[in-house]
Amino acid sequence: MKKIISAADAGKLIKNGASIMIGGFLKCGTPTRIIEELLAAGTHDLTLIANDTSYPDSDRGRLISEKRIKKAIVAHIGTNPETGKQFHNGEIEVELVPMGTLVERIRAGGAGLGGVLTPTGIGTVVEKGKQSLEINGKKYLLEMPLKADIALIYATRADRFGNAYLEGSTRNFNTVMATAAQTVIVETDELVDECLDPNMVTIPGVFIDYIVA
Amino acid sequence: MELNKEQIREIIAKRVAKELHEGDYVTLGIGLPTEVANYIPPSMHIMIQSENGVVGVGAKPSPDNIDPKITNAGGIPVTTKKGAAFFDSMTSFTMIRGGHIDATVLGALQVDQEGNIANWMVPGVLVPGMGGAMDLVVGAKKVIVAMEHMSKNNIKILKKCTLPLTAAHEVDLIITERCVLRVTEKGLLLEEINPLFSLEDITSTVEADLIIPPHLQTIAA
Repeated sequence: MKKIISAADAGKLIKNGASIMIGGFLKCGTPTRIIEELLAAGTHDLTLIANDTSYPDSDRGRLISEKRIKKAIVAHIGTNPETGKQFHNGEIEVELVPMGTLVERIRAGGAGLGGVLTPTGIGTVVEKGKQSLEINGKKYLLEMPLKADIALIYATRADRFGNAYLEGSTRNFNTVMATAAQTVIVETDELVDECLDPNMVTIPGVFIDYIVA
Repeated sequence: MELNKEQIREIIAKRVAKELHEGDYVTLGIGLPTEVANYIPPSMHIMIQSENGVVGVGAKPSPDNIDPKITNAGGIPVTTKKGAAFFDSMTSFTMIRGGHIDATVLGALQVDQEGNIANWMVPGVLVPGMGGAMDLVVGAKKVIVAMEHMSKNNIKILKKCTLPLTAAHEVDLIITERCVLRVTEKGLLLEEINPLFSLEDITSTVEADLIIPPHLQTIAA
């Protein structure tokens, strides 16, 4: 059985300077309640690993607007002008990563792999400072694994074993981030008393540490 | 010949739709490429893939049928059609990078005669991030650039892109409101021309070397 905690307690588990992965694709599948508490706790100097920096006034995006993030490792910042502004002013470091590379770097981190070889980014600025290898006549970039101190992920339904079911297009980065952090907290819309049908488990509870219901 | 924005987008989206085939899995970029879906004949089975984790994207939901848990890559609620599936970002980019997507349609800031494309940043001006575009361009079987022929009065079809590239040597076809250009090893082949424009209207607005066939086809409407 996993420990069930409040969103406020989850927020407090995140220390200043921590690296955090936050699931979600824009607003869809984002664990919003824990982010609220993280904002309330005043935590700062965070490294954010996420698909995007959302919008200035919602979820992850507010962490940017309220200047809690010192570095963002993301695929897209276009929906949050605040990220671009802070980036240009030198207030925040932004590492833009192709989305498919970002997901595989996190997978490598969670799956115990030493890195990923991808053709994405060859011939572009993404190559800068990276090792490339030629395999069977094709060039690949070596991309390094990503891990975090904490992952905040969303679930539509979860049981007390930490098994989680994610509906619709909410899965996005949640499934992979659940594997790649020291501490993984799932925020679920619904906590079921019994357990989930094993056929309906999107994320097995083995990856989960805490549940926010 | 002056066309308004709406006419331009319609010409391009209609023409792109003709490139899609029965049974294709297709990923459309944000903006103009999304409009291609409006011109796919209902009798044709095309599965639209959305990089955030949907294949089989359907029509826009009615206001009372919106599910915030089902969106497209622009964050806009969508419906699904028969045969649809949901999946996570790992699976999505396995489809995209792994060569399982038949075609992708993307906008561009610049393209060139080597099939290079720049569509993700203008240094110092616009840095939205590449999102999934770099993976899409590298992985899709066919890369179609759908864009307005010029940006204000700036030429976008060049000998060599000057903006940071999204990918090198990956573009197959360029479709604008004025013409259809195929990327070949010898340069850009002018395959079709919109009869509203003269050959001079094309050659004077493209910097790239053009291969002009003796008998020009008009753009398929």
